[in-house]
Amino acid sequence: MTNIEKYEQIFITVFGVSEGELKKLTYQGVEAWDSVGHMELIAKLEDTFNIMIETDDMIDFNSFLKGYIILNKYGIRF
Amino acid sequence: MASAFKLLHDKTAIIAEDGAIIMHADISDFSLAINKAIQHRCLVFCLCQNTVGSLCGYISFISGRIVPVMLDANVDSGFLAGLIKLYKPQYVWLPDHRIKEFLPVNIIFSRHKYSLIELYSDGYFPLHKDLAMLLTTSGSTGSSKFVRISYENIEANAASIADYLSIDEYERPITTLPMCYSYGLSVINSHILRGGTILLTSKGLLDADFWKFLKTYKATSLAGVPYTYKILHKLQFSRMDLPSLKTLTQAGGKLNNELNKEISRFCSSSGKQFFVMYGQTEATARMSYLPPQDLSTKQGSIGIAIPGGEFSLIDENGKEIKEHDVTGELVYKGKNVSMGYATSYEDLKKEDENHGTLHTGDLAKRDSDNYYFIVGRKRRFIKIFGNRINLDETESLLENIIPDCACGGEDDHMIIYITDKTRIAEIQNFISVKTGINPTAFSFRQCAEIPKNSAGKTNYSDLDIS
Repeated sequence: MTNIEKYEQIFITVFGVSEGELKKLTYQGVEAWDSVGHMELIAKLEDTFNIMIETDDMIDFNSFLKGYIILNKYGIRF
Repeated sequence: MASAFKLLHDKTAIIAEDGAIIMHADISDFSLAINKAIQHRCLVFCLCQNTVGSLCGYISFISGRIVPVMLDANVDSGFLAGLIKLYKPQYVWLPDHRIKEFLPVNIIFSRHKYSLIELYSDGYFPLHKDLAMLLTTSGSTGSSKFVRISYENIEANAASIADYLSIDEYERPITTLPMCYSYGLSVINSHILRGGTILLTSKGLLDADFWKFLKTYKATSLAGVPYTYKILHKLQFSRMDLPSLKTLTQAGGKLNNELNKEISRFCSSSGKQFFVMYGQTEATARMSYLPPQDLSTKQGSIGIAIPGGEFSLIDENGKEIKEHDVTGELVYKGKNVSMGYATSYEDLKKEDENHGTLHTGDLAKRDSDNYYFIVGRKRRFIKIFGNRINLDETESLLENIIPDCACGGEDDHMIIYITDKTRIAEIQNFISVKTGINPTAFSFRQCAEIPKNSAGKTNYSDLDIS
């Protein structure tokens, strides 16, 4: 799987959304992406990409698209 | 006019997310206006969120002797319709965006993006004179059973909480819990009572605006259930510089030992106080607290009864246990013990059925210094994100869509045993919508059949769950 596929798959699994919804996905934009869902998302991203996400980035991570920019900081290339 | 709140006119009651300042006098005006629109004592569904409209509505109802039923503003509309049939509220106080579900509608009063709509104009039924409000037992939407809370309950509990936390007019708690949840509401009640200022936000800990709000308006305290502390841990809370924050409180289930130690250490090294507390909605909110100076010597303890309250332990025959270190059911006595339950509007005329004594359903023991420790539960329930979820009730709920299942697991993590794994997504969605709890809290195990004993009852030990 490419990094893009891995990244997309995490959102699909954690929030139960379809591929078509991904680009518009934002924090609290769907019911499953609440604080609990967010912690689950961060944990899955950290495991999958073997990184530790900093506090500020965890809080800034408020949309599917923003996540690309944030993970880039950790050396994840898409 | 009996009322739990004295509004101290020159005090700031609320600072809202957008910086708006609401004085006690503003709430008085609000209260006069809304109570003029309603005119008589009746039942109102209060759809709660941490916003000015919601909170002013709640305080106005209590001070005007209108009886609110405290519900989450995100309550599932099908479930809400069922509750309306059961409880026949005359009005619903709700955020404007939900009005459309009730069209055509008679709007009686609107302010702060909230409206009061009329439902049953003629359905009068008696409300007991002491009844102040109804609270859900789980804080979530799973059950239509409510706890009947009296004016005396609210006042007594708020006063003793304010005493042991030394709450005064300079306190500024920031909201981290929903106000329809007894713990979240107790933070509000105890601070309004003493003239403190509520920093009211609907933003969560994972929102940058939450931290900005906390810093700008210098929050002095924060309340959390175990899950809140898990998030704070993940956010590396102990590295944050939050000088205004003086008090952290924790209730809504047991915090694991490591997290308890971490938060205790952080608080003692940064000059903050950490209060571990214990309570139930059946006791309005709080029953005990662990004084911060005892954190290291009494780790894992729920502490001592709150001022005005009293604990005892009873054995299986209902006889009081006098010895130390013997497990029994924890019994609490105090003025904050609720009047009893309600399952429909007909129960709202009922007298106080508890007479100040609550059998908590928790198993506990007492050490030689008379500090209490919870060791287990009599009934099958777990706490998910601070919400009490009865496992047997969850099974009956699920039986609406699947023939057989069993629920187990631990706090913050329910395991649902099913026989047909093709339906996991459907069941997960159903249970999440019905309980209002994030789907990731539920995980699934498939088994060939749900093991039963000869009486046809589920044999949980064969499922390897307790």
